[in-house]
Amino acid sequence: MTGTANIRELLTRNMRTSGIYIAFVAIVALFFFLTGGTSLSPQNVTNLVLQYSYILILAIGMVMVIIAGHIDLSVGSVVAVTGAISAVLVIKHDMPWWVGVLAALGTGVLIGAWQGFWVAFVGIPAFITTLAGMLLFRGLTLLVLGNISLSPFPPQYQKIASGFQNGLLGGNGYDVFTLVVFAVAVAAYFFSAWRTRSSRIAYEQPVEAFPLFIVKLVVVAAVVMWFAWQLANARGLPNVLIILAILVIAYSLVTQRTVFGRHVYAVGGNLAAAMLSGVKVRWVNFGVMLNMGILASVAGIVYSSRSNGAQPAAGNMFELDAIAACFIGGAAVTGGVGRVTGAIVGGLIMAVMSNGMQLMGVDQSVQSVVKGLVLLLAVAFDVYNKRRAGAR
Amino acid sequence: MPKHILEMRKITKTFPGVKALSDVELSVIDGEIHGICGENGAGKSTLMKVLSGVYPYGTYEGDIVFDDEVQQFHSIPDSEHKGIVIIHQELALIPYLSVAENIFLGNERRGKNGMIDWNQTNHDAMKLLDQVGLDENPTTPVNQLGVGKQQLIEIAKALSKDVRLLILDEPTSALNDDDSEHLLGLLRMLKERGITSIMISHKLNEIQEICDRTTIIRDGHTIETIDVVNEAGIQDRIIRGMVGRDLTNRYPKREHVVGEELFRVEDWTVYHPTQPGRIVVDNASFNVRKGEVVGIAGVMGAGRTELAMSLFGRSYGRDISGRMYMHGEEIHARDVSEAIKNGLAYATEDRKRYGLNLIDDVRRNISSAALFKLAKRGWVDGNREIKVAEEYRGSMNIKTPSVMQTVGNLSGGNQQKVVLSKWIYSDAEVMILDEPTRGIDVGAKYEIYTIVNRLVAAGKAVIIISSELPELLGTCDRIYTLAFGVVTGEVPVAEATQEGLMALMTQEKATKDKEVRA
Repeated sequence: MTGTANIRELLTRNMRTSGIYIAFVAIVALFFFLTGGTSLSPQNVTNLVLQYSYILILAIGMVMVIIAGHIDLSVGSVVAVTGAISAVLVIKHDMPWWVGVLAALGTGVLIGAWQGFWVAFVGIPAFITTLAGMLLFRGLTLLVLGNISLSPFPPQYQKIASGFQNGLLGGNGYDVFTLVVFAVAVAAYFFSAWRTRSSRIAYEQPVEAFPLFIVKLVVVAAVVMWFAWQLANARGLPNVLIILAILVIAYSLVTQRTVFGRHVYAVGGNLAAAMLSGVKVRWVNFGVMLNMGILASVAGIVYSSRSNGAQPAAGNMFELDAIAACFIGGAAVTGGVGRVTGAIVGGLIMAVMSNGMQLMGVDQSVQSVVKGLVLLLAVAFDVYNKRRAGAR
Repeated sequence: MPKHILEMRKITKTFPGVKALSDVELSVIDGEIHGICGENGAGKSTLMKVLSGVYPYGTYEGDIVFDDEVQQFHSIPDSEHKGIVIIHQELALIPYLSVAENIFLGNERRGKNGMIDWNQTNHDAMKLLDQVGLDENPTTPVNQLGVGKQQLIEIAKALSKDVRLLILDEPTSALNDDDSEHLLGLLRMLKERGITSIMISHKLNEIQEICDRTTIIRDGHTIETIDVVNEAGIQDRIIRGMVGRDLTNRYPKREHVVGEELFRVEDWTVYHPTQPGRIVVDNASFNVRKGEVVGIAGVMGAGRTELAMSLFGRSYGRDISGRMYMHGEEIHARDVSEAIKNGLAYATEDRKRYGLNLIDDVRRNISSAALFKLAKRGWVDGNREIKVAEEYRGSMNIKTPSVMQTVGNLSGGNQQKVVLSKWIYSDAEVMILDEPTRGIDVGAKYEIYTIVNRLVAAGKAVIIISSELPELLGTCDRIYTLAFGVVTGEVPVAEATQEGLMALMTQEKATKDKEVRA
């Protein structure tokens, strides 16, 4: 039964996942008009990527923690402490830039294992464990830094977050290399979408109608290439975007295609059933916390690189932005539901809103109010959806 | 003509799709102890919930006449106000509050300023504890007391509310012999003080010992109310009333071809996970052969599920001892994944809570216990997974528009087929099915039985746990009976009768090691 789905079905069936894309487009359009087009200028698009990359990196790890039914409040402090350790080694002790990077990653592994141990094997709720971690690692940051800021990093370290890949293929006012990279990515996306569709047809699973499928591809291609064009017209391909793209693809695959990823969903969806199906629940919980530690250290490296130093107050409130991104992106508070791509789009919604309001010169206090309301509405939408699904 | 304190007239209670009670009659004489007997699911608890206002007036048909007046209870406080107090099987005490706080919960002793008067509270609690024969400090948290004492606190709590009709749901099911004896003595004493009691019990010897009359309920109907006289044969009469229904052709025929022994359990003993010293499964031994369906019959609380779950990777209980053999060789199942690798499967009695990830789809639920079969170096082959799911959708006749459908949206019968598919796909040799047809309609039940027949025809072994005796008689080759954690009998199906099984299921073996250590 090769069913074909029309647009309306496609949208209503996946309201939880598609709703977020519609919301994203609407918010982008809104700020385009409110800022008189500035929000989509090449320079601002580039800025947006640089400025919010670390939140997006954190959101990738956070969404897995949330899918497993936990929460991590410590990531902001972990960003600070890993950046601080890196800064002390590189700036204070004149070590090469890569020693700082490795030390930060190693610290992330240790912190992740530490919190994973308490959550998974001792059975302390993640909320408590990471609340303690939030205080603990903030305190360690202050200790490591001796309460003062360190700066500047050597140029190689700065390039991690502030560098660009450009000029490799020359250009005429715009960077050809960037365009080529994006064109290859779009082609790969076409290929993968086509293959998924063919195999679904081969297994007699419903797919969307062919014209709709083509329209979808064309729209995606157009949006992506327009984004590439904006970047190419500014400063080229940001290094941070490459890191981010690799992480998004890798973690999408991990969550959707690996045994570990599937066990994360199983644990969050029904803990008792997962246990009685032979899932090693403790190791899954340990795994998601460990992974969060590592990703928080990546975010710490990117953040310290971008801010060109380490500050005692670095990463303050990052955890809240990352958590908000996940919930706006459709993750369920009760666990078992969520996607890496959803969390990224959720993070982008937050980013576009903050950035747009900054461009408009909206007061910090109002920005906070607006962001809070958006988060509340997004989760209310989720709860409403679930209730409707339950009523059926 | 003795005075009736309570009459329930033509009580009918309907749940969506099920008539739980139809025209049930119950009349209780003032000052008597009245027993209620019936199989699991016969409607005893539903009837008591109607009486106590859990199901408010208007959600049932019929009249409740208490003290010669038709009552309209809208909630539990309404019925308690009239002096009707129910003590549930699962005790409703709050573990970290003290004895006195529990007794007066919701009924606090307040001083003039509106604050709780603790001296008064503790003083009153002492007096009540004295009445129930419990020598404890009223400020002790109840979680430091054993189940037997907690039961007495429940009764003290009832007495604090000026109870006139006390309802006890399986009051001794969790108690040891001494505590049970004490409780029954207390009920007799309350009777002398003029308090009427209704006691639901599976222990027929207790009914015989303490009740004046008993009402038998079966399939939501009142069968009869009889005077309990102290003569042999009264228990047989009660059992006949509880199970007396016809075995119609609700079970698919099967060739009984039984092979060599496949799975054996010896001296399996399990302790309660949180109550130290309480034995839940006591020295159980049984076996099952290739191509055989073995039943485990027992009333609720007999330790059936606990036995199965403790075998399945120690998912229940503590201080588990005993041995398991598969194909004659001893196996160990320290956790669930080890149990699965050794060829065991356990399909839970509560599929929604323990069996399925309701928010995920059919496909992923089917593969969830054997994802390793679909994976190479940690990567799941999604296409093969769909193919596997489609195969089971066909062979198990799972009615769903697509294997991508969320399991929570399927009917109970189809959900159960997903659970079975999951365990069949895990290549289990021994399948333990706990109440496999609970809450599913007759047609789907027949399909489940057919699947069981297919499994044993393929040389697997199936263990069915059920409290529905006709189901066991219709599907099994052999039936073990379990009562209070002890295997009390092993009966080939040809020799089994419902009456015989029920007698074994309600038999209380006086075992010395059931004494509590604590």
